[in-house]
Amino acid sequence: MKAAGSMQGKLGLGVALTAVAGAAHALAEPWQLNMTPGVTQTSREVYDLHMWGLYVCIAIGVVVFGAMIVAMFKFRKSKGAVPATWSHNTVAETIWTIVPILILVALAWPATNIMIKMAYTEQSDMTVKITGYQWKWGYDYLNVGEKPYHVHFISRIDPRSDRTRELRSGQDPWAVKDKDYQGVERNTYLLDVDHPLVLPTDTKIRFVVTGDDVIHAWWVPQLGWKQDAIPGIINDDWTNIHEPGIYRGQCAELCGQDHGFMPIVVKAVPKAEFTKWLDEQEALATKADAPAAPAASPTATPSAP
Amino acid sequence: MTTHATAHHDDHHDDKPHGFLHRWVYSTNHKDIGTLYLIFSFIMVCIGAAFSGVIRTELMKPGLQFVQPYFFNEMTTMHGLVMIFGAIMPSFVGLANWMIPMMIGAPDMALPRMNNWSFWILPFAFCLLLGTLFVPGGAPAGGWTMYPPLSIQGGDSVAMMVFAIHLMGISSIMGSINIIATILNMRAPGMDLLKMPVFVWSWLITAFLLIAVMPVLAGAVTMLLTDRYFGTSFFNAAGGGDPVMYQHIFWFFGHPEVYIMILPAFGIISEIVPTFSRKPLFGYQAMVYALASIAFLSFIVWGHHMFTVGMPLGGELYFMFATMLIAIPTGVKVFNWVSTMWGGSLTFEAPMLWAIAFIVLFTIGGFSGVMLALVPADFQYQDTYFVVAHFHYVLVTGALFAIIGAIYYWWPKWTGRMYNETWAKVHFWWSAVFVNVLFFPQHFLGLAGMPRRIPDYNVAFADWNFVSTIGAYGMYLTPFMFFFILWHSKKHGAPAAARAWEGAHGLEWTVPSPAPFHTFSTPPVIRDEDLAHGDVSH
Repeated sequence: MKAAGSMQGKLGLGVALTAVAGAAHALAEPWQLNMTPGVTQTSREVYDLHMWGLYVCIAIGVVVFGAMIVAMFKFRKSKGAVPATWSHNTVAETIWTIVPILILVALAWPATNIMIKMAYTEQSDMTVKITGYQWKWGYDYLNVGEKPYHVHFISRIDPRSDRTRELRSGQDPWAVKDKDYQGVERNTYLLDVDHPLVLPTDTKIRFVVTGDDVIHAWWVPQLGWKQDAIPGIINDDWTNIHEPGIYRGQCAELCGQDHGFMPIVVKAVPKAEFTKWLDEQEALATKADAPAAPAASPTATPSAP
Repeated sequence: MTTHATAHHDDHHDDKPHGFLHRWVYSTNHKDIGTLYLIFSFIMVCIGAAFSGVIRTELMKPGLQFVQPYFFNEMTTMHGLVMIFGAIMPSFVGLANWMIPMMIGAPDMALPRMNNWSFWILPFAFCLLLGTLFVPGGAPAGGWTMYPPLSIQGGDSVAMMVFAIHLMGISSIMGSINIIATILNMRAPGMDLLKMPVFVWSWLITAFLLIAVMPVLAGAVTMLLTDRYFGTSFFNAAGGGDPVMYQHIFWFFGHPEVYIMILPAFGIISEIVPTFSRKPLFGYQAMVYALASIAFLSFIVWGHHMFTVGMPLGGELYFMFATMLIAIPTGVKVFNWVSTMWGGSLTFEAPMLWAIAFIVLFTIGGFSGVMLALVPADFQYQDTYFVVAHFHYVLVTGALFAIIGAIYYWWPKWTGRMYNETWAKVHFWWSAVFVNVLFFPQHFLGLAGMPRRIPDYNVAFADWNFVSTIGAYGMYLTPFMFFFILWHSKKHGAPAAARAWEGAHGLEWTVPSPAPFHTFSTPPVIRDEDLAHGDVSH
C-alpha cells in the first residue's frame, strides 16, 4: 500500500515500538500452523477459545487413540490373545455419556460469554457501512459520535496484484511487495487494495454490512470475525482495535469468478490522525457533492459506482 | 440355519438372465443392481477426482497457471456434486442392495422393478449434470451448495443442474422406499428389529432421513429454477424475497444429508470391527440408539452451517448447543468400537485396517466438528480451508474409507475369491499416508487465513498448498491400485470359503461364496450365534 511509507514517518517512536510487537500478526507467515491472536480484545478471546477447544480435543484424542493403540498391541491374535465374550458394561457406558456432557459445558460456557459480548453492538463511537460488490468493497463512513459523515469510496484489489494474477501473466507473485506499518517489506500479493479502510484505534466501531449483488463475506482475521454481506439484509458487528497497523483479509463467501480477488485492507491509525484524515475526506466529499446535489438528502446515502 | 440345504436349493434357481441387456439393463436382481451401483460410483469417484485434480494442480503454486477463475469455480462445484451425489451416496446404496437382503434372510429387495428404475435414473441424471460442462456459459460455478443469488447467475447449466438434482432425488427416494419396505417386511422369521445387523439398522435410519429431506432439496432447487426462469422472487431481495431463506431450506436438507453419508459407514464399521476382533459388538443396543439419536439431532442443527449470516444471538446459541449434543451419541459409537476391540483377538486384514483408519481419522474430523460448533471460533473458521479439511476428514477418511473397507470385507462373498492381502495392505498404507498429506495441512491453511474456493492465494499459503497437492497426486494412484487388486482377484484370486473371515458372523456368511444369484428363496432359521454382532441382550 502506497500510504504505508508516508504513514510511518508520522509515527512517534513509541507507537512504532508498540506496533512491532504486533507485526507478526498482520499477515500469515509461510508454514504457519495456527490461528493468530489478532489485535482486538475479541479476537484474543476467540483465539483463546479456539486453543481451549483444540486442547480439549487433543486430550480426548490421547485417551481414545491411546486406548486403541494399547488394544492393538495387547489383544493381537498373533500374541495368542483369547477373545473375551463380554459386550456390555453399564458403568463404563454411563461414564462416557456423562463426562462428554461436562466437557461440552466447559466448552460452551466461554463460547456463550464471548458470543454475548460480540453481539453487543450498541454504545459504539462511530459507524461504517460495508457493502460487498462483485468484486470490490464499498465503504461509507456514516457517523462519528453524533456527527454525520458523507465519506464514501470503493476499495479494489491493487493494480500490481491484479496484473500478476492474470492467467499465465508471467509475473512473479513473490515480487508483489509493499512496506507494512513498521516499514518492513512484505509480500502483499492478492492482499492489497487501492484504498484501504482507515479506522481509528481504541474506538468502538460499529459496522453495518450488506451486499449489493450476491452474498460476500467481510473477513479480516486479525479482528476475530467474519460477516456475510447479503443483499437485502443488513448485519451489524463491532470492533475495537488496540494496535495501529495494517490488517489484511479477503472475501470469504464464494461470489463469482473474482471471489479470490477482492481483498480487504484495514489501516488502523491513532485517533487524532484518523479524525484529521476523515475531515479531509469529508471536505472533499461535500465539495464534490455540493454542485451536483444542492438539496442533498439528509440520509446521505452514497451512490453505487 | 441349514447352509447346505439352502445352497442346494438355490442352485436350481441360479439361472442368470442371458445376454448383456437382459442381465444388466433389465435387471431386477438385488445383487446385480448392487454391482451396477458400485461400478457407477467407481466411475463417478474417478470423474470427481479428475475435477479435484484441476483444483489441486491450479493451487499447487501461487499465480494462475492453468485455468481461468470461473472454470476453477466450475470444478469446485462439480467436484462437490459428483462426489456427494454420484460417488458416496450411490456406493452406499449399492452396498445396501447387495447386503441387506442377505443380512436379513430375504430373497431380494421388496420392490425389484423399482430397484432397477432407481439405479437407471442415475446415469441419465449424471449425463445431464456432466453435460453442463459443454453448454454455453459452462457448468454450475456457484458451489455445490448453490447459494442464490450467485447460483442463478449461470447460463443454461442452472436448469440442467436443477433437473439433474430432481432425478437424483427421485432415485434416492425410490431406493429408500425400497430399503424400508425390504427391512420392515422381508426379514426372515426370528430376525427381530433388535436382532438386525447394525449395518441394516444404519440403512433403515438413513432411508428415513433420505425420504424426509430429498423433497426439501427438490423444493429448494425448484425455487432456484423459478427465480431464474419464471420471474419469481423467493430468494431475490429486490422482489421481496430472502437469500438467507434458501440457506435455511438447503441446510435443512444438507445437515441430514451429512449423516446420510456417514450413518451407513457407522454400520459398516460395526460389522467389520467385531469380525476381526473375534468378539461381540460392544453395546449393540446403545449403537442402535446412538444412530437414531444422531439422525434425530441432524434435523435440528442446520443453522451451524450459517453462523455468519447474521442470525440473532438466541438462534446462534440454540444451534451451538444442539450441535454440540451430537458429540455425545457419536462419542458413544467411537467408545463402543474401541471397547469392541478391547479384550478381543485382533487380526489386521485389509477391511480391519480401513476400519481402524476410519475410527481414528473420522474422530479427527469429529474433533474439528466440535471446534466448528463453537460459534465465536466458527466466525474465524467459516468458509476457510479449516472447514474443507474438516469435511474431507469425515467424508474421505470417514465415508469413503468405510466404503473401501466394506468392499474388501464383502468382496469374497460377492465373487467367491480372496484378494491379494499384500497388495491390499499396500493400497491401504499408501492411502492412509497420502490422504493425510493431502488434507491435514488444509487445517493449517484455514487457521492461517486462507478462504476456501479461491483459485489463487498469497505466497504465505504456498508451502502447505504445495504439500497438499503432493498428497492429492499420491491419492490419484489409489483408484488404479484398487481396480487392479479387485481385477486380479476376480481373475486369479484364491477361492473364498462361505465364511471368508474366521470371526465373521451374520446370515450373509452362511450362504456359499460367491453368493448364489438367488439366496434365501426359503427363509433361513435364525440362530442367535449367526447374528453379526454376537450378542443381542444389550
